[in-house]
Amino acid sequence: MRNLNFRWAINEAIKEEMERDEKVFLAGEDVGKPGGPFGITRGLYEQFGEKRVKDTPLSEEAIVGLAVGAAAAGYRPIVEIMFMDFIAIAMDQICNQAAKCRFLYGGMVSFPMVIRTLCGTGLRAGGHHSQSLESWFIHTPGLKVVMPSTPQDAKGLLKSAIRDDNPVIFMEHKGLLSLKGEVPEGDFTIPLGLADVKRPGEHVTVVATGKMVHTALGAAQKLSADGIEAEIIDPRTLSPLDAETILTSVRKTNHLVVVHEAPKPCGFGAEIAAVVAEQALDFLDAPIKRITFPFTPVPFGPLEDELVPKENDIMAAVKEIVRRN
Amino acid sequence: MVMEKNLRPEILKHMYWNLVLARRYEEKLCELFSQGKIPGWIHSGLGQEATGVAIGECLKREDYLVPYFRSRSSLIAKGLDLARLTAEILGKKTGCCQGRSGEAHIAEPYLGIIGAGGIIGSPIPIAVGLGYACYLTGKEQVVVCGFGDGATSRGSFHESINMAAVTHLPVVFVCENNLYAEFSPQAVQMNIKDIYKRADAYGIPGVSVDGNDLLAVYEIIEEAVQRARAGEGPTLVESRTYRWHGHFEGDACKYRPEGELEAWQKKDPLPFYQNQLMEMKVIDSAQAEEAENKIREMIEKAFEFAYASPMPTREEIMEFVYA
Repeated sequence: MRNLNFRWAINEAIKEEMERDEKVFLAGEDVGKPGGPFGITRGLYEQFGEKRVKDTPLSEEAIVGLAVGAAAAGYRPIVEIMFMDFIAIAMDQICNQAAKCRFLYGGMVSFPMVIRTLCGTGLRAGGHHSQSLESWFIHTPGLKVVMPSTPQDAKGLLKSAIRDDNPVIFMEHKGLLSLKGEVPEGDFTIPLGLADVKRPGEHVTVVATGKMVHTALGAAQKLSADGIEAEIIDPRTLSPLDAETILTSVRKTNHLVVVHEAPKPCGFGAEIAAVVAEQALDFLDAPIKRITFPFTPVPFGPLEDELVPKENDIMAAVKEIVRRN
Repeated sequence: MVMEKNLRPEILKHMYWNLVLARRYEEKLCELFSQGKIPGWIHSGLGQEATGVAIGECLKREDYLVPYFRSRSSLIAKGLDLARLTAEILGKKTGCCQGRSGEAHIAEPYLGIIGAGGIIGSPIPIAVGLGYACYLTGKEQVVVCGFGDGATSRGSFHESINMAAVTHLPVVFVCENNLYAEFSPQAVQMNIKDIYKRADAYGIPGVSVDGNDLLAVYEIIEEAVQRARAGEGPTLVESRTYRWHGHFEGDACKYRPEGELEAWQKKDPLPFYQNQLMEMKVIDSAQAEEAENKIREMIEKAFEFAYASPMPTREEIMEFVYA
């Protein structure tokens, strides 16, 4: 299989879906002629033209509204919110309109649309260009939330998201864009709502998302040298959650650590901890640990690096609960 | 007036029917609400029905209407079945949204009625999306997006009209300026009197019209719709009118100056239009009375149907969250 970086896996998914279905179109700030702020959408404008690859004004609310209305009319829009921090501007269209309208309209119309957005740290760009805001959307009925960690998952999940009849928030971690990995050519999809065991292990379950999957994998390799085998689970789709894969793992390992880049309170880790506490508490041999960003905005510059969860943080948490017994 | 000569009598009569129907329907809703027979709340459009009637008349079946929440006259004029509308307002399973929507979020997608919601100004970006779909499809479909003066203070108004303008989308933005945004007069909301002039900021035509003169509104909206259909882009229409009742039923309107309502009621769009048609000999008083009787019967039947309909069950209400 050929290697492709994360960026080109996304590009390929969009290209293939636009070739496959003329109802699919792309819109957003600088996605067309400029090829996207990170080059993700390069070549699409040239291939599909300015109508189907639409450069928009800097108007996040109207960009999402564009998708809501076009989806209601039978199209399958993909819109880009350049940085996830900017998505706050469009919250009404996402959470009050896209998420609710199918319900409010008695199921008569669906809203098949994908909101792609760049999340996470890595640019040292500070408080308005670095957040991971998945929790806002996991909390909202009517939305699906996807956060891939590998080029292969990015392609397969984005193609499924585009074909899904619901609004999907698709989070692309900036720190992963240049990551290379094997990506199947052609029509390859991964169903939404299916977690992936990225590394099998018997002593502790580590649930991690986005770039943290790779940090957790690094930690797992080092823990292995100490005789601790961590099972790394990437939920990939955060809503709907594949709870069963996580519960099955916890019933086997009896230990749980959750790692994410967003802050702790009401974060994705809180949901995982609650699901496990509700359905598998009796299997736990130690308290659940959450390794997250501190409860602070992302600071500018090198300080960012210090606050993002590290392999050492994960290793310390794992050792603390596994060695307890 | 040129318009009166050009318009076919069927169109004039059809608008008359819709205007009377919208008026009597609003009166009935308000009456039932005051008796505690309507769940939720009602935002009455009494006094400003003419704009919605004109909008409906200008649109074809395949065109989209993103309705102004107060404009039941636009829903009726776009062809929404009165019984389905009434059942929805009562939260019944036989309603056009199966009882999920209530008064505020009425939709009937097969008629192109979509995008309404309970948050003032939020439907405007959705109208731009529908307009983009029309632009991609290229079949001369248009969108009319209605809203009140209050909505023009939202960022969604600015973002949407700018986006529609820069892409020349076939969307007609119709602002019914009824002088009040919720409980506050226009002077509290904006430092201008002429909302239509905001169009200048987007490089599109803006035009104001007496919203209580149905034929004048029809003429202006029809022209804007034709422009949109011809691919010439959006227009902002300001239809100047007045809200007879409060923001919602039960609002005592203490914020209104004395005599203001009475002055506007003298400019009631219904008798004004009726007199025009009688002078034009399009209708006579016997026909007007006949229409009133038929409409009264139709409204009674719609409410009978709606009150007799079942509510959705607790289990059913969970449907439709995901496709």
